Amino acid sequence: MPLDRRAADAVVWLLLLTMPFWLNWIGGYTALGTRVVVLALAAMSLNFLLGFTGVLSFGHAAYFGLGVYGLGLTIKYLVPSSLAGMALGVIAGTLAAMILGMLIVRLRGIYFAMVTIAFGQVFYFIAYRWNDVTGGDDGLSGWRRLPVDLGFARIDILNSDSALYYWSLFWFAVAVAIMAALLHSPFGRTLLAIRENERRARFLGIPIDRHIWLSWVISCGFVSLSGTLYALLNNFADPHDLRWDQSGDFVIMAVLGGMRNFWGPLIGAAIYVVLQDYISSQTENWMSFIGLLFVLVVMFFPRGLLGMLRRRAAP
Amino acid sequence: MSLLEVRNLSRHFGSLVAVNGVTMTVEPGELRAIIGPNGAGKTTFFNMITGFFPPTAGRIVFDGEDITGFQPARRVWRGIARTFQVTEVFPELSVRDNLRIAIEVASGYRLRPFLKRDAQTEVKARVADLLEISNLAPMADRRVGELSHGDQRATEIMMALALKPKLLLLDEPTAGMGDQETYDITQLVRKLHRDQKLTIILIEHDMRVVFHLAERVMVLAQGAVLADGTPAEIAANEAVQTAYLGQAA
Repeated sequence: MPLDRRAADAVVWLLLLTMPFWLNWIGGYTALGTRVVVLALAAMSLNFLLGFTGVLSFGHAAYFGLGVYGLGLTIKYLVPSSLAGMALGVIAGTLAAMILGMLIVRLRGIYFAMVTIAFGQVFYFIAYRWNDVTGGDDGLSGWRRLPVDLGFARIDILNSDSALYYWSLFWFAVAVAIMAALLHSPFGRTLLAIRENERRARFLGIPIDRHIWLSWVISCGFVSLSGTLYALLNNFADPHDLRWDQSGDFVIMAVLGGMRNFWGPLIGAAIYVVLQDYISSQTENWMSFIGLLFVLVVMFFPRGLLGMLRRRAAP
Repeated sequence: MSLLEVRNLSRHFGSLVAVNGVTMTVEPGELRAIIGPNGAGKTTFFNMITGFFPPTAGRIVFDGEDITGFQPARRVWRGIARTFQVTEVFPELSVRDNLRIAIEVASGYRLRPFLKRDAQTEVKARVADLLEISNLAPMADRRVGELSHGDQRATEIMMALALKPKLLLLDEPTAGMGDQETYDITQLVRKLHRDQKLTIILIEHDMRVVFHLAERVMVLAQGAVLADGTPAEIAANEAVQTAYLGQAA
């Protein structure tokens, strides 16, 4: 690994590990940092498929939302445990991705994207209509995250904002480390091969559909993990978390930061969350500003903000 | 036993008959050229052998096994590798990574989430080998997309070679190249044939390349076999001269 990339990794982890200290100092608050980390995990998971396999999904909110609702429903109706809720949320999202993935994995390009939206909307309407269980339009409330009891230690994510931040960062780190390791493995290189040239990859003997399916399941699995963390953060499950425009937000974060760059979506998510937090306190039309920024980035820095920096730095 | 036996292969696209009842056998170690005017069905013929699309009629037997209905990936696993008329590589990746991916897939590592050290060493050694054979070592760490046409083509051929194929199909390996590049690629193909005892079928328009390399030449015209023989026989064949060579001269 080149030295500059190692240095970049070190800086990113250092900033993330110390965020609760400096974020408050520059005028933010810890929960905002948690939001960045959680949504960055979603955007980076999406980018595993988008940036490193070359497959665009517009339906990742479905699996994000299955994580959100999986956690909320578990805590509200089944077991009062944050960990159990996370486990069931991830299982629900991953299982759904495995099954639906088998149906859509043969499609390519715009057809794949459209069908992911369609399937995503199915989950949205279920959450929206099934009032008795999901709370329908009002969302799922009447539950709270619970402190995590590991037996030897108790992590009070309920009352301590920084405990929740580090809890989220821990899972972010696990997921991101796994994705990074996969991308530097023979399997990960077959995904790059598919992104680069599907025809060449097929005639090297890679069964394309199977590899795209695996990438899709991994991507959706980690998105549902981020969904469970998002539910913990909000103490609430909103049907909007499942809707197609939430999927679009993940795509915007990835493209904004730079989808060819491993950390790009993290930068994109940070910009998105901070702008949303700041501008929405001034005007309701905050999305117009994000939209304007997005258009400018796509027009002038098609490789995203990090892609632009890297190009500058290149000799 | 013949390595490749093609019997009565045909392919129709609607009312167009692209390939019409072609029969061909290729022996192990042979270097066969396929020539013919544009639209003669040469690439369509390749596409059926490699499984790009199925034939309308006919059988393909490879290494004693009927592979007519096999998916492309399975044919690759059986030992058929190809290059394309328009170079197909992984442009954003380095030459080294292009070769590495081909080697890892061929070694059965394509689903591995990590590689043990000895496997890594073995892959590295094979990459170095292929870079050496093809004289690509000086560009190993450059992105393939920024290399010259000839070097991209050489990368593609080495990727096919990395699969350790029993049969290598080259679709116009020197298309669009200058004299020096054409010469380099011809030398590379010759070296692979001679040193690795590789069986090769190549489609080629450049007659210098064909007569320099091929032991046998098959001529296709309008989807059917017009002639099949040694380069000398083909050069003397009147039907071929009128259909093809005459035009080219």
